[in-house]
Amino acid sequence: MTRIENPSVSIQDLSLNFGAISVLETLNIDVAEGEFIVLLGPSGCGKSTLLNCIAGLLDVSEGRIFIKGKNVTWEEPKDRGIGMVFQSYALYPQMTVEKNLSFGLRVAGIPRDEIAKRIARAAEILQIEPLLQRKPSALSGGQRQRVAIGRALVRDVDVFLFDEPLSNLDAKLRAELRVEIKLLHSKLQNTMIYVTHDQIEAMTLADRIAVMKGGVIQQLDAPQKIYNRPVNRFVAGFLGSPAMNFLDGRLEKDDGNWHFAVEDVRIPLATYAFEKEPVPGAAVFGIRPEHVAFNSGVGWPFTATANVVVVEPMGSDTLVWLKLGNQNFTVRVTSERTPNNADTVSIGFDPMRASLFDAATGNRL
Amino acid sequence: MSDLAVSLPAGTGSIGLEASGPRGPKPRHVFSRRNIFLYGTLILVALYYLLPLYVMVVTSLKGMPEIRLGNIFSPPLEITFEPWVKAWSSACTGLNCDGLSRGFWNSVRITIPSVILSIAIASVNGYALANWRFKGADTFFVILIVGAFIPYQVMIYPIVIILREIGLYGSLSGLVIVHSIFGMPILTLLFRNYFSSMPEELFRAARVDGAGFWGIYFRIMLPMSLPIFVVAIILQVTGIWNDFLFGVVYTRPDTYPMTVQLNNIVNSVQGVKEYNVNMAATILTGLVPLVVYFVSGKLFVRGIAAGAVKG
Repeated sequence: MTRIENPSVSIQDLSLNFGAISVLETLNIDVAEGEFIVLLGPSGCGKSTLLNCIAGLLDVSEGRIFIKGKNVTWEEPKDRGIGMVFQSYALYPQMTVEKNLSFGLRVAGIPRDEIAKRIARAAEILQIEPLLQRKPSALSGGQRQRVAIGRALVRDVDVFLFDEPLSNLDAKLRAELRVEIKLLHSKLQNTMIYVTHDQIEAMTLADRIAVMKGGVIQQLDAPQKIYNRPVNRFVAGFLGSPAMNFLDGRLEKDDGNWHFAVEDVRIPLATYAFEKEPVPGAAVFGIRPEHVAFNSGVGWPFTATANVVVVEPMGSDTLVWLKLGNQNFTVRVTSERTPNNADTVSIGFDPMRASLFDAATGNRL
Repeated sequence: MSDLAVSLPAGTGSIGLEASGPRGPKPRHVFSRRNIFLYGTLILVALYYLLPLYVMVVTSLKGMPEIRLGNIFSPPLEITFEPWVKAWSSACTGLNCDGLSRGFWNSVRITIPSVILSIAIASVNGYALANWRFKGADTFFVILIVGAFIPYQVMIYPIVIILREIGLYGSLSGLVIVHSIFGMPILTLLFRNYFSSMPEELFRAARVDGAGFWGIYFRIMLPMSLPIFVVAIILQVTGIWNDFLFGVVYTRPDTYPMTVQLNNIVNSVQGVKEYNVNMAATILTGLVPLVVYFVSGKLFVRGIAAGAVKG
């Protein structure tokens, strides 16, 4: 794992066990100053647990956590210089928005005029000034989450932690607030660590994404890198909707050229950039539906014919389910070029955009 | 409206379907079999409960000569409040002849501190068990709950000895302590479940905001848990007020609670049985729980529901 100079948050060999169950295993991440990191993974992968460890809400079993160069492994949450936003907003129901915002500051004994100043600033940034005297029950979901962000904002902290903050909102609001969070980040330039299971949020917000599974970080990289060059089959399948096509077959070498054999189809791999020196054997070939085109005869390195099984129009584009040999295969095409059911079509793609995985380990080849 | 809107004339339904027939709300008959059974049962049960109360009230308002006529259901011919006054201020129990008033004030002095003490401790217990998962919390909780299943009779004598040794036997404060201890298992369970049902993220948010154990308890949890406090207060007030066993065992005649005194008035074997005074005394004793239920009925139901389902 590459380390970063003067990281804002540094997690070193972090492990967490609940009895015999290991939730996090020897995690290492460095988050740069002002970076937006997204922890992405299916539920139960330990991403929220990791966030709670950073916040100090869970005691770690092993390892250290540094925030701003200070070892905070044993510190209380309030002393770590973090602000946290929760999925269920977690606003104090009996307090007005203003009291919600000021609660932490009042507990810390900050002078009244300073509190007023900070609340005014947060309210202005988040545009919640008209709501200050309302109770949380009188707010909509989007307003509540804005207040919850404000509560982190007034704390004047270095690091923001978001625990699936948009998951309770409907699709439209989610898209709006996603943009607002991105704007907020570019305005404040704080370090942000954001947990989500939503790949769109991850792709759109993150400077870097950490894809997690089973308490282990599978890949930590820029969104485009993760999308285009997933390190293993799990990452490849988890990102992308509709999901990547996987074809089971064999990696073979003829006349010095590598190709991938699936049933009687042969996919030449001359343009594919291997991660390491390949060896013949069972492998999985993955290609994203949007990287496949209906062939109009122009020079794709690979072309084949397939039968259309189902057509799913999705408005902006259309998903076509095909049978390539005996294996399912999906292609994403623009709405104008929609074939009919049971048509035979020819498809083509460039294996340069594909990913090859070891059949046994699932690692990228 | 735009030209595009097509309005069908009323009554034209889909072609081929029955033109007449059921439409709109289903009619309900007042004297349906269902209603007769339902209200019949309710009235019957209500009568079953209210009749004794009615007899008590009318009897307490009659003079003794009228009672001796034997018409217990007939309303009083001549209403008198004499028995009520006597029951309150001059009925004799043993050597004292100052009525139930002494027992009433004793009961007040027992109930109020017991209720406050037991609820204060149990709510903090429940809060700690629900939110601060300290080491051994589960074991502690199990032990506490087992306490709820031990019959009181088993513990009477050991507690007599304990109270004697610490010099509180026969005093009101001794009884207060006993009541507080015996209220602990069920109240702790009540509070723990209520606090567990509150969203955990709220507690976490408060910790990130820097509030400590007591800060979260007083500023976040307490203001949110009024319903469960009302339930606890009702349970404790009625339970402690109605208690007879501990009252008779752990107090002396001049510190007897109202229930014990009532028993002594009603069961006195000397002289004439004054049914009207007995009835008045019984109603007086039952008045406090009755008032508590009437005043807080709605909150009680809300609290029970909140505790059972979710926060």
